[in-house]
Amino acid sequence: MHIDPLEKKWIYVVLAAIALFLGVIFYTAAVRNIHPPGHIETVDSASLHLGEEFAEDKLGARAQADGSVRVTLVAARYGFYPRDIRVPEGTPVTFRIASADVLHGVHVPMTNMSTMIVPGYISTVTTSFPKPGEYPMLCNEYCGMGHDHMWSKLTVVARERWNAAE
Amino acid sequence: MIDSGVRKLALSHLWVAFGAFGLASVLGLYQVLERSGVITAMQSPAVYFASVSTHGVLMAFVLTIFFIMGFGYVTAVSSLKTPLWNPAFCWAGFWLALAGTGLAALPLLIGRASVLYTFYPPVQANALFYIGATLLVVASWLWCVVMIVMHGQWKKAHPGEPVPLPMFATTANAILWLWTSAGVAAEMLFQLIPWALGLAATVDVGMARTLFAWTLHPIVYFWLIPAYLALYSFVPKAAGGRLFSHELGRAAFVMLLVFSLPIGFHHLYMDPEQGAGFKLSHGVGTFLVALPTLMTAFTVTASMEMAGRQRGGSGLFGWIGALPWRNPMVLAGILAAAMLVLGGFGGIVNASYAMNAMVHNTAWVPGHFHLIFAGTTVIMYMAIAYYIWPQLNGKALCSDKLPLIQLWSWFIGMVILTTPWHILGLLGQPRRISSVTYNSLLTLAWEPYELAMIVGGGVLTASALLFLHILAKSQRQSVTEQSFEIEYAEYFHPVTRVPALLNGFTVWNLIILALMLANFGYPIAQFFLVKTFGSTGWGY
Ligand code: HEM
Ligand SMILES: [Cu+2]
Ligand SMILES: [Cu+2]
Repeated sequence: MHIDPLEKKWIYVVLAAIALFLGVIFYTAAVRNIHPPGHIETVDSASLHLGEEFAEDKLGARAQADGSVRVTLVAARYGFYPRDIRVPEGTPVTFRIASADVLHGVHVPMTNMSTMIVPGYISTVTTSFPKPGEYPMLCNEYCGMGHDHMWSKLTVVARERWNAAE
Repeated sequence: MIDSGVRKLALSHLWVAFGAFGLASVLGLYQVLERSGVITAMQSPAVYFASVSTHGVLMAFVLTIFFIMGFGYVTAVSSLKTPLWNPAFCWAGFWLALAGTGLAALPLLIGRASVLYTFYPPVQANALFYIGATLLVVASWLWCVVMIVMHGQWKKAHPGEPVPLPMFATTANAILWLWTSAGVAAEMLFQLIPWALGLAATVDVGMARTLFAWTLHPIVYFWLIPAYLALYSFVPKAAGGRLFSHELGRAAFVMLLVFSLPIGFHHLYMDPEQGAGFKLSHGVGTFLVALPTLMTAFTVTASMEMAGRQRGGSGLFGWIGALPWRNPMVLAGILAAAMLVLGGFGGIVNASYAMNAMVHNTAWVPGHFHLIFAGTTVIMYMAIAYYIWPQLNGKALCSDKLPLIQLWSWFIGMVILTTPWHILGLLGQPRRISSVTYNSLLTLAWEPYELAMIVGGGVLTASALLFLHILAKSQRQSVTEQSFEIEYAEYFHPVTRVPALLNGFTVWNLIILALMLANFGYPIAQFFLVKTFGSTGWGY
């Protein structure tokens, strides 16, 4: 088999570049603990209203004992319920989302708050929002004829102005 | 020499492919217009999603499968210099594929299958759609059998000799497609069809997404391999040169086959039904598959540089100017490479395990795949068509100039279409929306980019129609003598023999089996091990 010396050099360069990219990814995953969402928890999407976690009175943002905030949402045609969520800035926020019907996705533009919402499974995603302001939470997976209209509002407020009751 | 039977077989496949492409291009123009909202009377999610579903299926499945089958038959007989194996079987594949396409098209066109080309349940289409799509895939397996048999028979008749590179690549693609399509076929046969027929009440959406992800990555390489084949075998020849390294070319095709299969979870990075560990392991494979592409870039560039210098080009970049830019194959190769470089940067962002969250399902994604798939891949399909059309018809192309205009306009249109599309994604626009209704200031920034996309779509659709015009007009000319002979690039380093590993696929199939078991075994088995909840069907 014939491999030109130049070719060999090029392959080493490419392998080094790939190793570099993978190194960065492993570093952020292992050391900084940055992972995409994914916890493999199942839920019966047809009976969310009867369940513990996603019944109507359990939804919304709540302060946790460790100072973080938990937001429990139901995604259903065509909105993320409750549709108006307030969270404090610069604080870890964990979203727990279940679909009551079909596939949805949620993304808060310009941030890494993003996950698919798959019927039968609970999506969990943790992030924090450094800048106060009003953000749209958009559905980013086709879910039916009203998909264009599927969005809710997320307001990030200064930490001292946040109270969980809202 | 391609006999008349094969010519007719190939032309039939190619006309279906390009007919689907022309129709889908017109739908593409409608889509960029509709979603921009400039013509309010046009606004209709029902029509938009029926159109996007049809456009996606025609482009991703019909254009590609028919083109690859038709071109594969030509490659087999012309590179092996043997007659076609079992023409009746090949025709059966054609008619079955056409029947499947027709069955799927019926519900698609009347809005009864607006579930997009990715089928995502639990929105449910008419059962005919799933059955038609499955038939199309099954028909393509007949083609795979023909390629594998012809490859095997040639090797038996020529012991110890290396299989010609074009056939080696085509066989790799046939094997790749058998592995690739197993995922979506299982989803169809065991999940969607029984569920759409009412035989199963529910479908496990997590399992369906996992099986579709099995297919969704390597299918991209199934589309791309004929384009790579042209880059290795036609472009250097058209530039007046030889292929720099044919052994590394073989190695690249083998790597495309092996590495592209076990990595589909980069489409599921944001999904809840698979865990971080498997996502990371698929992520590693995703980066490795860059290696064969970058090897291809090197080999093809080196071949072109030698051709350019032979033609009197000098200096670091002078050889590029010395290339015959007026040859459609050379021009398409250069433009394809330009789009691949641009798209490759975007791909690194998508592939990055965590950075993916910023762009997942935003407009960035269709921007990216239009650049690489509709751009790089399809422009090479066009160049291949220009090259083989005279050999299939016995008539020269009707014009030297029109193909150049057509290829340039495809490239320019693609840049105008996809640049704003990428930006829209970074500005947070989701993909797959038919209008912008969010009550947010953010959306004001989107408008100019949506308008620019209309310009791109207009140029592209005009270019697509010009392409069809050139093919039809050339075929209708009165006869002139032609050779019916397809020529492939010769090798710079003479070939004597190649290692057995680069001349067959048995070992590679075993390696793929092991990798697929490692990367998909447990992720699929888990759906049987834990209690999952299926979904009933939903309308849309
Ligand atoms: C004539 C030029 C084209 C235009 C103007 C165009 C435009 C579009 C538009 C506007 C969408 C909808 C995207 C969305 O709603 O997010 C789309 C989807 C799609 N296009 Fe094209 N396109 C063109 C050519 C092509 C070509 C040549 C291919 C591939 C060979 C292709 C493959 C696809 C696929 C697979 C989808 C489905 C995406 C999905 O389901 O999200 N397109 N195209
Ligand atoms: Cu949606
Ligand atoms: Cu992929």
